[in-house]
Amino acid sequence: MQLTGAEIVIRCLQEEGVEYVFGYPGGAVLNIYDELFKQEQVKHVLVRHEQGAAHAADGYSRSSHKVGVCLVTSGPGVTNAVTGIATAYMDSIPMVIITGQVPTHAIGQDAFQECDTVGITRPCVKHNFLVKDVAQLAVTMKKAFYLAQTGRPGPVLVDIPKDVTQAKAEYSYPKTISLRSYNPVTRGHAGQIKKAVGLLLEAKRPMVYTGGGVILNTAAPQLTRLLRLLGFPCTNTLMGLGGFPGTDPQFTGMLGMHGTYESNMAMQSCDVLLAVGSRFDDRVIGNPTHFFRADRKIIHIDIDPSSISKRVRVDVPIVGYVADVLDEMLKLIESSPQRPDAQALKEWWGQIKEWQRKDCLKYDRKSALIKPQYVIEKLYELTGGDAIITSDVGQHQMWVAQYYKFDKPRRWINSGGLGTMGFGLPAAMGAILANPGATVACVTGEASIQMCIQELSTCKQYHLPVKIVNLNNKYMGMVRQWQQFFYGNRYAESYMDALPDFTKLAEAYGHVGMKVEKPGDVEGALREAFKLKDRLVFLDMITDQAENVFPMIPGGKGLTEMIFAEEL
Amino acid sequence: MRHILSILVENEAGALSRISGLFSARGYNIESLTVAPTEDATMSRMTIVTAGSDDVVEQITKQLNKLVEVVKVVDLTDGNHIERELMLVKVRAAGKDRDEMKRLADIFRGRILDVTDKSYTIELTGPGEKLDAFLQAIEPGAILETVRTGASGIGRGERILRV
Ligand SMILES: Cc1ncc(C[n+]2csc(CCOP(=O)(O)OP(=O)(O)O)c2C)c(N)n1
Repeated sequence: MQLTGAEIVIRCLQEEGVEYVFGYPGGAVLNIYDELFKQEQVKHVLVRHEQGAAHAADGYSRSSHKVGVCLVTSGPGVTNAVTGIATAYMDSIPMVIITGQVPTHAIGQDAFQECDTVGITRPCVKHNFLVKDVAQLAVTMKKAFYLAQTGRPGPVLVDIPKDVTQAKAEYSYPKTISLRSYNPVTRGHAGQIKKAVGLLLEAKRPMVYTGGGVILNTAAPQLTRLLRLLGFPCTNTLMGLGGFPGTDPQFTGMLGMHGTYESNMAMQSCDVLLAVGSRFDDRVIGNPTHFFRADRKIIHIDIDPSSISKRVRVDVPIVGYVADVLDEMLKLIESSPQRPDAQALKEWWGQIKEWQRKDCLKYDRKSALIKPQYVIEKLYELTGGDAIITSDVGQHQMWVAQYYKFDKPRRWINSGGLGTMGFGLPAAMGAILANPGATVACVTGEASIQMCIQELSTCKQYHLPVKIVNLNNKYMGMVRQWQQFFYGNRYAESYMDALPDFTKLAEAYGHVGMKVEKPGDVEGALREAFKLKDRLVFLDMITDQAENVFPMIPGGKGLTEMIFAEEL
Repeated sequence: MRHILSILVENEAGALSRISGLFSARGYNIESLTVAPTEDATMSRMTIVTAGSDDVVEQITKQLNKLVEVVKVVDLTDGNHIERELMLVKVRAAGKDRDEMKRLADIFRGRILDVTDKSYTIELTGPGEKLDAFLQAIEPGAILETVRTGASGIGRGERILRV
């Protein structure tokens, strides 16, 4: 059957079961939009800025394990989307980005709205393609979806010149695909797995540290079984929250720069460390030289060989899908008569409990000002810990990570790797579309929310009842905190002056706005907002401007060199 | 330490920039890079000479393998291998220097490809050090122009890199 390139694009999306495309039209993609218009299976969500399209597709994927798809035009459409693409790339989110390009004969001529899309996006995609021949379009789309989801996932971009969307070719969508140059190792090495299990069973002071890989590979059930079986303590990275239940007594809280005292101390003091789907990044282990002063054996499971021994040399590397490797480990442990040394484990837990007594997340509960931590605790209570929470970047993000206990994966949606302000609201739109009926809240700051505030209009158009919790401290709080600690209180350009009246702004977009100024009103306002099930509610919470995120490991310091609230 | 990486890569537009982009983005060093299609026209073979600690070279190899278009990567320096580079050099060859230049080319087993009454263009192949030695043997003022391909390498004996 002969189809045009534009028809082929839509057929491929249908074939892949794509529900939503997040996009914004323009000259180079008009043929594709025309075909979108003629069918109903693939629904289009019109954002208000291409950055929002990429973040929304990303939030859709993070909250659902499906591929997020976005569609933008050439030139400025692409460049606007780059922030969102890079955000997805840093957190390994499977996405397919379709971009329009000027006609093939115009490429290289500095044509209107031309940019070197493949060149601009090369360092922030898993792979990208420029399709110059319509006969290659279907197979390229197949490759894009395949690459995005397999191995270490990531965004894949398909750039399609306008004349290719007009040209015709025989259409057939390949059922499967294989690429001789792309064969990710998926099954862990049996010998290494055995060695790892041996180490775990011999451990006296074990620690399990898991990251986003557990979420991405849906390995939470295996991880939970393994931990219950062994009785070991577990910490999660910012990206790994929800991989192991946050309310479980074996969970010691997040680790890293703003991690708990007990998690960071246990990371440093353990004798066997099991790292699962995590990558020892600078915000997690602090100074690697300091980390290495302690002697411990490290087992590292990851799908990406280049993540292993990149910043930290490990003793037992295991490359493979984490869910499968954990399955193999479980089998070995279950069939072994040996169990971890109960006495040693008891002593180790005793030590951890002592660290926990420091109560490193305590804050002033009697304050006359709204404490941001209190807002998150209330949010947790009122949503039964079961909401999907997106966030932007800054202090508010860390407070959610510390105070909202995520029991399930894919409930915590944030930009960990790139740290992109502006992510929260569009990501919440994607999450709510992927999870109809779910409670979705976006916790943000008055600086971050203004980076993609235009998406309030999209929320109106598609009736997306996101609850926006704006922790309004009238500062770029995280920047202010660094300036207070490390720059002698010189608050250079971190003050958010001339803020809009967010209540009126929300109302102007057709939503509900509420301003909350007293601690006593927080709970009531949250209740009221969640009662308005079908409405977007913008809660402008005026919080304590001076509040800081603790504990904190200053840049360049080691895991155990934390500073605490009481020390200030 | 110096390493020679041999890479089989899909012969596709953009593959070269993906590889060179990887090196610049991650701050790896490229001493030389050569590339041309293989007997199988769908694939190119690239030789990259780089330098770095073992950890860095391990990362380079892993990152190269991660690129979707890279089929295979081998570190030739891990075993016995042969390394050759081609150089074309144009030298001043006038008056009494003319015979001397010819003799020198002969000693280094160079071939004179082009002759004018003032210059010779000499072709020389060999390991990089041999080419360096030749250039050092000539008085610097006599060198008019040089062009070098960068190293190509292949494993010795049964060591074969193919799909
Ligand atoms: C796009 C972007 N620009 C700049 C930064 C640097 N940055 C990190 S946190 C932060 C302040 C965020 O302020 P706000 O959204 O009010 O959150 P708060 O820290 O006050 O909770 C800034 C500017 C960033 N992460 N992203």
